[in-house]
Parts: sequence; C-alpha cells; structure tokens
Amino acid sequence: MSDSEARDVVGEYEAGWHDPETSTVRFDAGLSEQVVRDISELKNEPEWMTDIRVKAFHHFMKQPMPSWGNLEILNNIDFEAITYFLRSGNKTENDWDDVPEDIKRTFDRLGIPDAEQKWLGGVTAQYESEAVYHSIREDLEAQGVIFLDMDSGLKEHEDLVKEYFCKVVPYQDNKFSALNTAVWSGGSFIYVPKGVKVEMPVQAYFRINAKNMGQFERTLIIADEGSSIHYVEGCTAPTYSTESLHSAVVELIAHKDAHIRYSTVQNWSNNVYNLVTKRAIAHKNATVEWVDGNIGSKLTMKYPAVILKGEGSHAEVISVAYAGQGQHQDAGAKVHHLARNTTSKILSKSISKDGGRGSYRGMVTVAKKAENCKVNVVCDALILDEDSQSDTYPTMEISNPTCRSEHEASVSKVSDEQLFYLMSRGHTEDESMALIVNGFFEPFTRELPMEYAVELNKLMALEMEGSIG
Amino acid sequence: MSGEGVVEIRNLHVSIGDEAILNGIDLTMKKGEIHALMGRNGSGKSTLAKVLMGHPEYEVTEGSVTIDGEDILSLEPWERARLGVFLSFQYPQSVPGLQVGNFLRKSVAAIRGDNTPKAREFRKELKTCMDLLDVDKKFLGRYVNDGFSGGEKKRLEILQLMLLKPQLAVLDETDSGLDIDALRTVATGINSSVGNAACLIITHYQRILDHVNPDYVHVIVDGKIVASGGPELALKLEDKGYEWLGEERVAA
Ligand SMILES: Nc1ncnc2c1ncn2[C@@H]1O[C@H](COP(=O)(O)OP(=O)(O)OP(=O)(O)O)[C@@H](O)[C@H]1O
Ligand SMILES: [Mg+2]
Repeated sequence: MSDSEARDVVGEYEAGWHDPETSTVRFDAGLSEQVVRDISELKNEPEWMTDIRVKAFHHFMKQPMPSWGNLEILNNIDFEAITYFLRSGNKTENDWDDVPEDIKRTFDRLGIPDAEQKWLGGVTAQYESEAVYHSIREDLEAQGVIFLDMDSGLKEHEDLVKEYFCKVVPYQDNKFSALNTAVWSGGSFIYVPKGVKVEMPVQAYFRINAKNMGQFERTLIIADEGSSIHYVEGCTAPTYSTESLHSAVVELIAHKDAHIRYSTVQNWSNNVYNLVTKRAIAHKNATVEWVDGNIGSKLTMKYPAVILKGEGSHAEVISVAYAGQGQHQDAGAKVHHLARNTTSKILSKSISKDGGRGSYRGMVTVAKKAENCKVNVVCDALILDEDSQSDTYPTMEISNPTCRSEHEASVSKVSDEQLFYLMSRGHTEDESMALIVNGFFEPFTRELPMEYAVELNKLMALEMEGSIG
Repeated sequence: MSGEGVVEIRNLHVSIGDEAILNGIDLTMKKGEIHALMGRNGSGKSTLAKVLMGHPEYEVTEGSVTIDGEDILSLEPWERARLGVFLSFQYPQSVPGLQVGNFLRKSVAAIRGDNTPKAREFRKELKTCMDLLDVDKKFLGRYVNDGFSGGEKKRLEILQLMLLKPQLAVLDETDSGLDIDALRTVATGINSSVGNAACLIITHYQRILDHVNPDYVHVIVDGKIVASGGPELALKLEDKGYEWLGEERVAA
C-alpha cells in the first residue's frame, strides 16, 4: 500500500476514535534500579533483558555527560524531573486542547487530515486501524518478513532479539544509549530473511501506529544475506510532545550482500531534546544508507553511523538539518572502514535561520588493514541571516595509505541577486526563499518517498513565510 | 494584459548610495515596438533594466515609469512580473537544486495566474518553445543556470520570455557570448514573442539587430539618452563608435 492510500484509509477510520484507555501505568518522576526492574517486570520480560536493563542503568548513572556538543543545553536536562513511565495501552495522556495553536495551524496548512493530526499531537485515542495493520503485515508475512513493535518482537522472537540486541550499540557506548537500554519501550523489530527483497518502502504502517513514537524507542533491523529493505520513519508534521527528552537507539545489521536503507524525517516541537544513537554494521558487500532529516527540537544530537566490517561494503549517509529560532541541530555521520575495498559517502546539509545553529560533526576512520578504501565527505551549510550560525567539526583518521579520500565543505548565504532573479519571475520574497532552500535540500529530498518529499517542501515553504524583512 | 501596452519612462533619475547613475531618462515604448538601447560599458543600461524590474538596491530619486498610465515604481519585483514586466538578465543567477522544468511551471503559474495552462497544455507549449530554441529535453531536469554555459543561460532566459508572455520585455545583452547559430536561434525566439510586447533590447552589437529589427535605436551616455533614431543609428555606431556623439553634444 502506498503512503497516500494509507492516508486515505486513515481518513476512513476517522469515526473510529474512542475513549482513552485507562491502563496506563505511571511511575513517579526520577529513575532508580527499582523503576527499571518494574518496567521489565510489567512487560514480563525474560531475565536476560532485565539484567541488561539494570546494568545499563548503573552505567548511565556513573557515565558523565558528553564533554562536547552544546553543553549549555545538555547540562540543563534534569533527569530527575523526567517521568520514566510505561504505557501498557496506547500513547500519552495529552489532551488535544493542549497542543499549541501554531502546531495545529501547521497541520492544517500541510493538509494533514484531522485524525492523523490528533495522532501526531499525541492524543490518547486509538484507531480501529487493526485492519490496515493486518493487511500490510500479511503482505510481509507472506515473504517471511517479521515486522513487529519491539516489545512484541522480544516476546515472539526472543532468540533473534537476544542474538542481536545491544550488539551494534552496546549500552556502554554513551550515556544516552545506556539510558535507552535501561528504560526502552516501543520501537520496531524487523527481520528480513535471506534473499527477500521488500519492494515498497515500509512506512505506511508507522504513520498509523501510535506505539511507534515513544520517548525511548528501540529499533532493531536485521537484513539477512542478499535481502533488502527500505524503512521510513517519522513525518514532516510537527510532532508535539510534552515529554522533553527523546532518546532512541536504532541498530541495523546488514548481512552479506544485503541492503538496508533507513529514512527518517523528524520535526519535533521545539521543547524536545532529541538525542539519538543510530548505528549499523555492514557485512561483506552489504550496503547501508541512512537518509536522515532533522527539523525542529530544541537540541538534536544525531550522527548515524556505519561500521564497514565486511570487504566491499558500502555506506551512505545523507542528512539535512534545519535549525530555526532557539534550535541547535548537531548532526552528522560516522563511518568506520574496517575492511578492504569499502567505500563511504557522506553528504550533510544544514540550514540555519532566525538565530538557529547548525553543526556538522563527522568522523571517518580507516583501519590500518583496510586496503583500497574510498571516502567522500561533502558538507554544505546555508545561513539565512546574520543572527544564525553554522559550524563544522570534521574528523578523519586514515591509517591506511591506499585510501582515496575527498572532503569538501562550503558555507553559503542567499544572495540578493539570487532572490531578485526569482522575484523577477513572479515569486514573492518568501516564495523565492523557499525555492532556494528547497533547492538546497533537493539532494536529500529526492531520496525520500514522494509523499514525504512533497510534505517537506511544503513545510520548508511555511518556515520561510513572513520571516524576511 | 489586454491594455494598450504603452510604457512611459519620464525623467528617470536613479542613484546608488550617493552616486547618480541615471540622469533623466525619457523613453516611450508601445506594444509591438522594438527599441534598441546602446551605449558604452558603464553608461547605465543594466541599471535602467534592473530599475524597471524593481531591483531593491537602486534608489529612484526623480521621475516615473508607467504602463498604461499605472505607476509601476511602487510595485515589488514580483508584482511587476505579474503585471507583465520581464527582464532577461545580463548575468542570470543559478539556483542549485531547483530543476528548470519545475521552475518554469511555477513561474508560469505565478505570472499567468488564472490563464495558466493545464499540465498537458503546458507541456505542449513548453515543447514547442524548446524545439524552436533548439534545447534538449534533458534541460528540464538540470538545475536553474547551475553549471550552464553562457549560451545555455541565454537560451533559458528566452525560453522564459516565450512562456511568460510579458507586455514589457527588457533584454539585457541577450546576444553577448552567443555563437552565430545560437544568435539566430535566440533571435527567432525573441521575434516569436515580442509581437504583443514593448521590447527594449540592450546590446553592444549590430549583429543581433540584423535578426531582430528595431524600430528605434537609442544611445545612452552617462545615464542619459543623447540620441534616438531609426536602425541607421545602430549602423552608424557600428561604423564610427561613440566618439562623435560626445562631440555633437559639446557642439550643441
Ligand atoms: N550595485 C552597484 N553598486 C555600485 N555601482 C553600481 C552598481 N550598479 C551599477 N553601478 C555603477 O553604475 C554604472 C552603470 O552600470 P551599468 O551596469 O548600468 O552599466 P552598463 O551600461 O550595463 O554596462 P555594461 O555595458 O558593461 O554592461 C557603472 O559605473 C557601475 O559601476
Ligand atoms: Mg550591463
């Protein structure tokens, strides 16, 4: 089913709202070993998972904050004030009336249907969307693809989860991966069997599955030998959240000759700290692509990573970030070339406006034994006004002399002549700005499924409105 | 765009900062007329072109510009464009990531408004224009002026002229940098679309005027039109240069 079809179906289910479920379990604010144990127990998890959670918790407690990034904002996070609650029913208990007016307006202007608006606003109503969910699942099941939320994944495929969980992103990796491991809930679990190529991007389901967008979601995707999958998460509409800390972990495993593409477009409301660890392992001749778009939030720190472990494997990370007023997008990519003949391409684009700050932080390493690797890094920044800021922190550690590497960086501004040219073709100043900005993002946008591309263009046009003067 | 199409420039004075660049331009143009404007480097030709289009950097200190009696100087560039003012730029700007096809469609929609052709008609119209200008279909997928050769840029300007159907067309050195064949092609494009417009062609050379026959030729010196005449004036300039004009002025 295409995205638009899925949306049509969502429309039909508009009448299917019913009262919030009351089975939500809520813990007091703050985190303790007991809270972590309670979460695990409530979910009826196997002991090994409880153990990992507890270990991760202790690691989180003793791990200091990162010593880099936007410390001013990071050090402001009050972990004690956060409620690490668990929802056994559906999403949060926000009231649609609490969703800020400007966000509701944006929904309207993006042409998002009422029902979906409410879901994106995090209202605790549940769709009668089981039918949709099932038809998609049946398609995939027929091919032997496992596609579940992470909690169900653990229940139904414990062996697989146990084999791969925390293997790509160990909880010791960083403070936030430790936190996620301790308290994770929701997220997706996908297994694609040998040789199975999932043709359509797997996305529709997630636009209607409220469980997906948790605060500490955990996603694990395993593509077995010769298989391929394109997973799409998020949406361009502003995702309103009353919970300020969102810390997800995504682990991808691409076995020999497999292909995984993971596309994200996120637009958090601007109270959110979005601190995400995304990492993939690529085995022999496998390809992993991260297509990552970040809009909104107060602070985003996200550096999708690929470990090129197998000979001939390939990594691609294409990311864009838009930092508006009071926002800091600290995004980039990491690639580790561990084997010979591995190749990587990083393209990072950021726009900052109204005092926003866009940072590129990248790291590429090539191991001593990794002969004949190719590295290509391009990062471009576009600054829309004097108050805004862009900075780059590229790191390359190349320990093998046969590596061919290229690195380009550019910072540009929109020139008056460029604007005048577009205005002379009948486009208002705002529209002209939107044409330039969407052009700048185009190398990213063209990689997205059509629906997302169109929405992103609309969203950026909205962002440019009434701002010039 | 059903008006008489009379463009009147009256005593136009323009400066940038403290520097006066145009010093009282007077020019009347009517629908269907082709006016050539010639003059030395730095004499103010592009300035006039950009001021007609509404470039924000220039300050009009005196004078008026009207189309069918309506003042256009108070309008924003996009409002002028929608009213039917078109400028073919001497140096067209590039917009990386914006595809030519998409840009043309959006510009046509912005300018022709209610008269915008439906997708299918538009494609047909586009194809006719592109064939006439001898541009490949691949052109549509490229980014606006990004990495274009000089000739390609000028072709895109004229393609826009053809699609946007203005009532005042100002072509700033559209001929410069074109090879002989390209010049002929571009001239065909210009001829096909200026029947309903008042057209101001800024050029340094007679050769484009062999293909696009001007009704009037004007010479600008130091921001002022000092001589006007028929096509023979351009030939005289080609022959004698601009020196004699200075002498005549001194003599006068
Ligand atoms: N933006 C500007 N800032 C400063 N000076 C300017 C600006 N635009 C034009 N001028 C000055 O005004 C004068 C006229 O320039 P203009 O570009 O109009 O000349 P032109 O007749 O088009 O010349 P050319 O034949 O070389 O294209 C020149 O002295 C130029 O330096
Ligand atoms: Mg000029």
